[in-house]
Amino acid sequence: MTPPAPHERADRASGLDASLDLTRDDGFRLRARLAIPAGRTAALLGPNGAGKSTVVGLLAGLLALDDGHVGLAGRVLDDPTTDTFVPAASRHVGVVFQDHLLFGHLDVRDNVAFGPRSRGVPRREARERADHWLELLGLAAFAHHRPDQLSGGQAQRVALARALVTEPDLLLLDEPLSALDVTTRVSLRRTLATHLADFAGPRLLITHDPTEAFLLADEVHVLEHGRITQVGSPDEVRLRPRTPYVADLAGANLLVGEARDGIVRVTPPHGDRELHVADHDVTGPVLLTLRPTAVSVHREQPEGSQRNTWHTTVDRLERLGDRVRLRSGQPLPLTVEVTRESTGALGLAVGTPVWLAVKATEIGLQLDSPAPTIDDPAAGPTDVSG
Amino acid sequence: MTGDRHVDHRPGGPARSVPRPLVVAVLVGALVLTACGDTTSATPTAENTRGDRTPRGEVLVSAAASLTDAFGAIEDAFEDAHPDVDVVLNLGGSSALREQLLEGAPADVFASADPDTMAEVVDAGLADGPTTFATNGLVIAVPTGNPGALTGLDDLADDDLLVGLCAPTVPCGMFARRALDMAGVVAAVDTEEPDVRALLTKIAAGELDAGITYVTDVASSSGSVEAIDLPDGVDVVATYPVATLADAPNPTGASAFVDFVVSDRGRDLLSSAGFGPP
Amino acid sequence: MTNPTSRRASPRPPIGLLLPAAIGLALFVVPLVGLLARTPWADLLDLVTGAVVTDALRLSLVSSLGATVVSLLLGVPLAWVLARVEFPGRSLVRGLVTLPLVLPPVVGGAALLFAVGRRGLVGGPLERMTGLVLPFSTAGVVLACTFVAMPFLVITVEGALRTMDRRQEDAAATLGASRWTVLRRVTLPVIAPSLVSGLVLTWARAFGEFGATVTFAGNLQGRTQTLPLAVFVALESQRDTAVAISLVMVAVSLAVLVGLRGRWWPTS
Repeated sequence: MTPPAPHERADRASGLDASLDLTRDDGFRLRARLAIPAGRTAALLGPNGAGKSTVVGLLAGLLALDDGHVGLAGRVLDDPTTDTFVPAASRHVGVVFQDHLLFGHLDVRDNVAFGPRSRGVPRREARERADHWLELLGLAAFAHHRPDQLSGGQAQRVALARALVTEPDLLLLDEPLSALDVTTRVSLRRTLATHLADFAGPRLLITHDPTEAFLLADEVHVLEHGRITQVGSPDEVRLRPRTPYVADLAGANLLVGEARDGIVRVTPPHGDRELHVADHDVTGPVLLTLRPTAVSVHREQPEGSQRNTWHTTVDRLERLGDRVRLRSGQPLPLTVEVTRESTGALGLAVGTPVWLAVKATEIGLQLDSPAPTIDDPAAGPTDVSG
Repeated sequence: MTGDRHVDHRPGGPARSVPRPLVVAVLVGALVLTACGDTTSATPTAENTRGDRTPRGEVLVSAAASLTDAFGAIEDAFEDAHPDVDVVLNLGGSSALREQLLEGAPADVFASADPDTMAEVVDAGLADGPTTFATNGLVIAVPTGNPGALTGLDDLADDDLLVGLCAPTVPCGMFARRALDMAGVVAAVDTEEPDVRALLTKIAAGELDAGITYVTDVASSSGSVEAIDLPDGVDVVATYPVATLADAPNPTGASAFVDFVVSDRGRDLLSSAGFGPP
Repeated sequence: MTNPTSRRASPRPPIGLLLPAAIGLALFVVPLVGLLARTPWADLLDLVTGAVVTDALRLSLVSSLGATVVSLLLGVPLAWVLARVEFPGRSLVRGLVTLPLVLPPVVGGAALLFAVGRRGLVGGPLERMTGLVLPFSTAGVVLACTFVAMPFLVITVEGALRTMDRRQEDAAATLGASRWTVLRRVTLPVIAPSLVSGLVLTWARAFGEFGATVTFAGNLQGRTQTLPLAVFVALESQRDTAVAISLVMVAVSLAVLVGLRGRWWPTS
């Protein structure tokens, strides 16, 4: 990795600086460098088995490095060369786990008070702090509930409160939304966005869902097979994927628009065009996802029943292995992926005028509102595919 | 959802989960099994052919525990004399044997360590015409070397010594208390063993400093126990009756065995085990 | 979601299961009925309030609860080590711990005698140094009961420790909990139901313990004669007393096991 830029060094004292090297018992080796300044949210995006949870274990102090170091807020937490290892209990790393891992034998308030109590805060004061955070997260009414009486979203909010009340030096969110249903996910994502912004230290969001990464993070680190394969802003990673995985998953087109009667009006800056979608029952603000391979490219206006066709030009053209990714221009800038053969057959180059077409059924639709209006109560929101 | 969710690459990760009710069920099962004591089972015995006076088949003998060695020798001699006979010894405290018989356990011969126990079996109509075949005296048994340095019966009152008797419900305990009463000694008893063999074992192991047992028990202890005689005048003698049982599955065998016990040959064997004549 | 076929009358269990189930139940019930049939109801109160019975009951409660407490103090740490610490020969140690489950209790008592008896490996030096003699003492009864009963606790707790979600402990650690705090405030509460089940089994086994006790600790009213020993001795000549004591044991055991079942054991 490149050395940190001078302006990042100033933040190093309060940020996270980690160089991770660990070979697991199963032979899997993780080698990753992570630097997150205070006040910034980084996403660690990777497929299953990429080593994301190993990163969590190493940063949280549940696993020890073979080599490298972990530094946080000016403290060395792990450095095998100097035989330094600060165990989890002394690290001040707040972790929100995918399945919340609340303590089933304690009520919500005592779950949140657990951290302060463990650090020697008297019971009464620990409970007061817990109440404060429950209030902030809109959970005051659940203080005396048991975790098994909570919905998934409520439990995850409690887990967030439990992590934040300890005033950690690093906030580690390990797939915080994965176990939730789609509607809850949207609302909790907003909660996270708010509280991440309020949290002063570095934040790391571990996820396999590009939507989460792009919506919540300032910077995306892509982890594949134990290595960081790409680092950049969400737009950089999305628009210029460097590996097929990023292209397939992170490279999906993400659009914001307003849905009504089976038509979504995509609004600037994402574009300015209406798209027909398969779901006629959703009304209101939505997120659209569109895989680059789902868009077909033609030199002549395509015939047939496809209603989503429009004329545009090729703005950019990139080779990625045996495939080619092109970026289309207005009225609806999209990333489109075609094979090298068709590039040749169609004679595509930067500036070539083309017709694009996409089937309504290929457009993933997800409500982007915590309180959506749904005409038919039986119809649920469509999940984002990929 | 995610394959690498488990941070568990430390040793001894989550084991395969066993449903808790199953574990409990298995443990309860084990509990029940261990709680089942051993009950003495009665073996079916072979029926003799009518009119044939030659003993054959199995002869089941319920005998007092103090007869273990003597009846072992008698069994061997009797089987030598009657090759078609298999003597099976059921040894235990006389009272326990009596309870078995009263509950209907099948047996051919009953040899008791005291007449009272025998009398109850006779009164119940289960045995006919008991014969006294041996007597037994009492001694103070101490571990070899006498680590408690006892000199006589009076020392059993010493609180610092570990003293055992048989429980008062079995003959050896009854006789021991009779002897103590005669001598006017109040023993500082530390345990009341359920039978004389258990008492002897603890003395032989050196866990007890002394106990009152039969003369024959010391004789059979192969050197791990020494005897101190009771004082003159303290004269308690156990008499041993034997009888065939009314419902004996093998009456011919039963009679032949009793006849053998009271024969000269039987007396010799009893005598060499330390028993006195009737 | 309603399955139309589920509206039939309550399912009739197959006879192939009912019959052996009934025989199995009879195996437990018939001996109990036999006991009740022999009970001298008229004299029962006098018999169970006699000194022999009350002494034995007191001693049984003291020694079984004592064994349960000792098992808790020693067995839980042992279970924790077996579940959480990897060391060579761990399965051998696990086997040793469960040995008293299969060993005849009399053998266990004899083994205790050889080890901590007055002439035992440990017992000899112990008596010379402290004057403490375990055989023929109430402490010896507790030791014998612990020997035979503690495996129930160790096995139950170890199983619970191995199957619990250890990431709860990880979560507690990230919140600043020391290992001791994690054990006290997370691990033990999580395994509490299994721990209680184990304690009940341990107590039950200790309460019914006979063989190891009579072999190791002897039999003396008020000092080492627990209810099972009293039953055994009384059975020789005082059958009414023996039956009465047995009834006391049945009553106490049922009261405890049924009383705890609804609360701690899986019901229905």
